[in-house]
This record gives sequence, C-alpha cells and structure tokens, in this order.
Amino acid sequence: MAEKLKLNRVPMDKQAPEIRRRNPNEVASGYTYEQSTEEAKRCIQCKKPGCVPNCPVNIDIPGFIEAMAEGDLPRAAKILYATNSLPAICGRVCPQETQCEQTCALGKKGDPVAIGRLERFMADWARENQEESGIGKVSLPKATGKSVAVIGSGPAGLTCAADLAKAGHKVVMYEALHLPGGVTYYGIPEFRLPKNIVQAEVDYLVNVLGVELQLNQVIGRGATVDELLSNGYDALFLGIGAGAPMFLNIPGENLNMVYSANEFLVRLNLMKAYLFPEYDTPVKIGKKVAVVGAGNVAMDAARWAVRLGAEEVYIVYRRTEAEMPARMEERENAKEEGVIFKLLTLPTAIIPDDQSSVKAMQCVEMELGEPDDSGRRRPIVKPGSDFILDVDMVIPALGTRPNPIIAKTTPDLETTRYGTVVADEITGKTKKDKVWAGGDIVTGAATVISAMGAARRAANDMDAWLRN
Amino acid sequence: MNEIVAKKELAPKIKFIEFVNDNIARKTKPGQFVVVQMGTKGERFPITVSGTNPNKGTVRLVFNEVGRSSQKLGALSKGEVIDNIAGPLGNPTEIKKFGTVLCFGGGVMSGPISYEVTAFKEAGNRVIAAIGARNKDLLILKTELKALSDDFYISTDDGSEGHKGLDFLRTIFEKEKVDRVIAMSVATVTLRTISELTKAHGIKTIVSLAPIMLDGTGMCGVCRVSVGGETKFTCSDGPEFDGHLVDWDLLESRKRIYSHEERLSALFDEDQRKGFSSSMCRR
Repeated sequence: MAEKLKLNRVPMDKQAPEIRRRNPNEVASGYTYEQSTEEAKRCIQCKKPGCVPNCPVNIDIPGFIEAMAEGDLPRAAKILYATNSLPAICGRVCPQETQCEQTCALGKKGDPVAIGRLERFMADWARENQEESGIGKVSLPKATGKSVAVIGSGPAGLTCAADLAKAGHKVVMYEALHLPGGVTYYGIPEFRLPKNIVQAEVDYLVNVLGVELQLNQVIGRGATVDELLSNGYDALFLGIGAGAPMFLNIPGENLNMVYSANEFLVRLNLMKAYLFPEYDTPVKIGKKVAVVGAGNVAMDAARWAVRLGAEEVYIVYRRTEAEMPARMEERENAKEEGVIFKLLTLPTAIIPDDQSSVKAMQCVEMELGEPDDSGRRRPIVKPGSDFILDVDMVIPALGTRPNPIIAKTTPDLETTRYGTVVADEITGKTKKDKVWAGGDIVTGAATVISAMGAARRAANDMDAWLRN
Repeated sequence: MNEIVAKKELAPKIKFIEFVNDNIARKTKPGQFVVVQMGTKGERFPITVSGTNPNKGTVRLVFNEVGRSSQKLGALSKGEVIDNIAGPLGNPTEIKKFGTVLCFGGGVMSGPISYEVTAFKEAGNRVIAAIGARNKDLLILKTELKALSDDFYISTDDGSEGHKGLDFLRTIFEKEKVDRVIAMSVATVTLRTISELTKAHGIKTIVSLAPIMLDGTGMCGVCRVSVGGETKFTCSDGPEFDGHLVDWDLLESRKRIYSHEERLSALFDEDQRKGFSSSMCRR
C-alpha cells in the first residue's frame, strides 16, 4: 500500500432540506463519474474482503469497484449484474451501514467505502448506456423446458424470477396490483426510489431475461397455488411479502384522517395522489400529523406528510432514538426536513371532533426498563403522565403482516401463528411439494435486500431441483 | 383479454358491460367484486359482479357513472379493452337452501342482486326479489328480475313507480316467513333502513357494503368497518356482513371523507374541457 489511505468518503450531493421539503424528487443526486472514480479508488482491495460475506446476495464488491477505479465501466457493470439483478434499487435502499459497509476494512480508521453509492452509480450508468455496458445483451442458456410460477413481483419475486430465467427456465411472474415492483413501487417513496427506476429494473427482467409478467392476478382469489401447479408449472415461488397493515387497537382508530401507513403510501406512491387532481386518486393532509412508529415506513410517511404541506409532523415512538428500527440516513433526512421526534410516547386514544375526524391524540409518557426479548429496553408507562398531542391526522406505521389469502386457499401450506409461511431457512423450501417461499412472507416485514437474499437462495435450490 | 363484447345503457348514467376474462369468469361467485383501473392516472375502484358466463369466459358488470374513473369505463365501446381489472375479490355470498330468501337491490345494485337471485333459486329457495331506485327512470332490470324470481316488488323513493319507500318490506315480513334477507345498495341509508326493519322481525340480514376502497386486496385498510365491535376490512373480510351488527354511523362518515376532493375533480375536469390550464394543483 504505497498510497496513503483516504479516510473520508467522497460526499454525495443532496437537495437542501428547505428545497426538498417542497418537491417529490429524489433527495440524493448520486455520484458523478469523477466522484465515483475517486471513491472507487479508496477501496484497498482486501485479500479477504469483509464486505462480500456481509452482502445478502454476495456481490463481488471489490471486483466491480476495482473495475470502476480502473475506469472500465462495462466490466464493472458485468460483475455487478452477474450477482444482482436489481442494483439500482439496492444502491438506493439497502441498509449498507449494517451490511457490506459495516465490515469494510477502511471503516476501522475512517469512513467505509461508499459501496451503496458506487453500486447506484454503476447501475444508473449501465441502464442509461445499454449499448456500451452490454447489460441489454445477456446470452441466456439453452431452455431447460421447465417452467416456474413466481407469485409477487416485489424484491423477492424479481430476484427469484431473474435467477431462474438466467438459468434457462421459463418464468411467469404474477402480480396482484396493476403495476409491478411490490413494495419498491407502492411502499418506497419517489424521493427515495424513483418509480422510473423500478420500472426499468422490471423491464430488464421482461425484455432482456424473458420473464413473462402477468399483472392484476390475485393468486388465491383467482387461480390458486394448486391450480397453477396442476396447470403445468414444475415449481412455484411465493414472494408475496407482508402486505396487511397493523393498527394500534386504541379507541378512535377508525376515524377519518387516520390512515394506515400503507394506505397513505399506496395513494402517494402507486396512485400518485400528490398529483391530484391531474391524477384521479386523492389524499388528505392534516396541519399537524402524527406518524406512530419509527421504522423506515414511518419515516417515509412522515417525509411525505412534510412534502404535502403539513405544518408539523411528528414521529411518535414509545422508545428512544437508539432503539429505532429506521436507518440512520432516513432518520437524519427526516430530522433535516423538520420532522419532530416525539420519543418515549405511547398513544392511548384518538379523540374525535364533531365531524368524526381527528381532533387530537391522547398519549402517555414512557420510560425504559429492563431489556426484553428483542434485547431492547422495555418501555414502561409512567403513571399519571397522560397528555394530549394536538394533531389532526394520525398515521399508524406499526409494521405489516402477511396477507392471508394464499395461506387460506392453500390447505397444505404450513404457516406460523403470525401468518408467515414456514420455509427452510437456507433453501426456502416449504413443506408443500414444489413450493418455495422467501422474503417478508417467511420472515415478516424486513428489508428489500434480505428478501432478495432469501429469493436468491431459493432460486439456487429450485434450479438444482428442477435439473434433477 | 378484458375486451368488451356487449354494452348497454340501462338507465341514465347506468351502464351494463360484458367483457372477456376467462380467469374471472371461471372463479367468480355471487357477492364478489372486481377492481377496475383505467389509464395511467385512473383510480382503482370496485364493482360488484352482476354475473358470469364461464363457458364463454365473460363477466357482466352494471355500474353507475359517478366519478371520473367510472365515466372512463362507461365511455368504452364494444370491442375496446378495459386497461386493468383484478378479481374476483372479496368473499362469495353464503348460498344454500334457507327456505324463503328476500333479495333487495338498490339502484345499480339491481345488477348484482340478479346474480344472487339466480344462485338462491338454483339452491332451491323461494326467492322474493325487490328493487328500489330514486325514481322510475332509474329502475333497471325489471323484466329480468321478475322472470328470475318467485315474487317481485318495485319501489321508488318518490313513489313514481311501485311502492313508495321501503315500508312495503314490513308488509311482506308480516305476511310471510322470510328466512334470510340479502341487501345490496351503494346507499348506506337503504341498507341501514332494511337492517333495522328486519331486526324487528328477527330475520338474519346480509348486507353488501360499499365503503371507499383502494387496492381491494387487504393491503391498505381504508375500507375498514366496525362489525359487532370488531374492525374488519370490507375487501378481505367482506364485502358482506351481518346487517344487524354493522356500525352504520362510522360507515357513513368514512364514505364522506373525499366528498370535497370529488367536487375538486369535477371542477378540474370542467376547467380542462373549457381549455383552462390547471390552476388547482397542490403547489
């Protein structure tokens, strides 16, 4: 190592908070070519890289970064796409700080290499320069003659479909909504993940890898899993996510102006209600909005509320910031945009006005006690600490659980008491013949990349089984 | 797929269409609905199915042209294709031999009620069909329902045809034993009135609710209603519930939430037609 280590990462340009508070556009603008080359050169090319094993899909991270540092973008694109079919999504929404970047050798002395930003740059470049990058020309192997149904077109479904198509199997992907992408479309906001990027990643699967996409197919209500299998599919993958919202179960939760985070986000992301009345779907916004919960979804909802013009937006959370499940980056972004963290606070009732809408939210203060099963300190109610939070809109963002339609209509599919599907942790194989599962439907609500990792492992196992 | 093979105007702003979709035709049962989405900017909106022909692979819908999206659907001609249609959604009606079943269809829901009447007849019930509308011009499917049922009643809010209001139902319940009532209407007040009437006579009453929906698959919860003190999602737990257990006030208030926006939409469209530039965008 002749050169001195560069301890600071190249910063990425972002829209200033006072600007982005008023538009739906992507917050971070991504590296330029020069910035990406400079950042790529920081990588010290460890002999035993810490980043790769900490990536759920084991991207050859030093490989693509080395090619970038040498200015060989087509080679970098090839290495990246070899193991990741959705790099433009991952580069934007993966929690790199707890995965690849967490175990980067540079992180011991300074900033870890900005792997996510480099991945994003590479994916965007490859997509915008298809001729030069060559990602549009994949030579698929000879068809195996086997066919697979993939249920769900979210991160798990897309990954599984891509891997199996690359292995030469015929893949048909079924999506319940009228647009593909699952949570990357309806859940993650435009300002974090532009929808044209999601569409481009799906188009890559369809146009380049030959995956057939069928929209508006609610499997279980329409064709059932058993019907698909008896109609000739050799195997089936369930990547249906965890789509059903949870509520607080407190009085007043069915009042108008109480939106599940899912409803709020589906209106905005899938139906583009922020463009109403040009688009047909409306959404309401309060003057003072309380988002209950502190995961990434809560941050997304709070940040949309800011953009729609709410005067005050609260994140109401019963623990402290240290226990928040949301990524640090999203918490920082939210705070910069003016979101107020109302910590150690538990809602106990939503108080109605005379129009059956929200007048205020009654809360109690909490304090942290001994650690619970999750290892986090258990929040306990401070007696006599009741107070009223002055809000006129409440958005519970408490997580989601699996939609029960498929479980209900597939008698021999084993599920847990949480409604998740029981599947082998490594292979994703369920107890039902020919059926694999992966992503949130198995783990409960988690991250895009963990769903992709599970789908990758399932696709490997399915491929091996199909070839036998 | 989704090609319209037949279309009729049944009454002012009430359209009938039949479209091709093998999957939906094969799987749909009475009481279930589809979600339709038109164009890149259209809303997702539910329509209860009025019947199917599994052999031809066709599905029949009767709908009101009330908002922008349903007007777009109503503007399609025979041979044109519905952009997006998902279904069947929701749970089917419990159809079996109860004895005497009274099926009430209010306004546009006379369409889906004909599907119910047919199924209850096939299951061996004596079926009384009744339809209602604001006035005689809005009554639809009279001939069809009369032919399908054992007894047939007509009512209008203004008395311009048949019985005035819903009081005739009381007379029926006093005259003969009715074992079950199925009521479908987009007007919550109609369902509520019928449920209150039947409660007095102790007749189990199933109502098909029509709250605001978004995805229609159980993802968003906008269609939540309170039934017997429990919160239910109409799209995935319903759309049919015991009418004696529904919290009607809640349903009515939740259905009104976007009335302001509906007016805005209409104004915006009028501006567009007149060639004004959009002045009402949020920012």
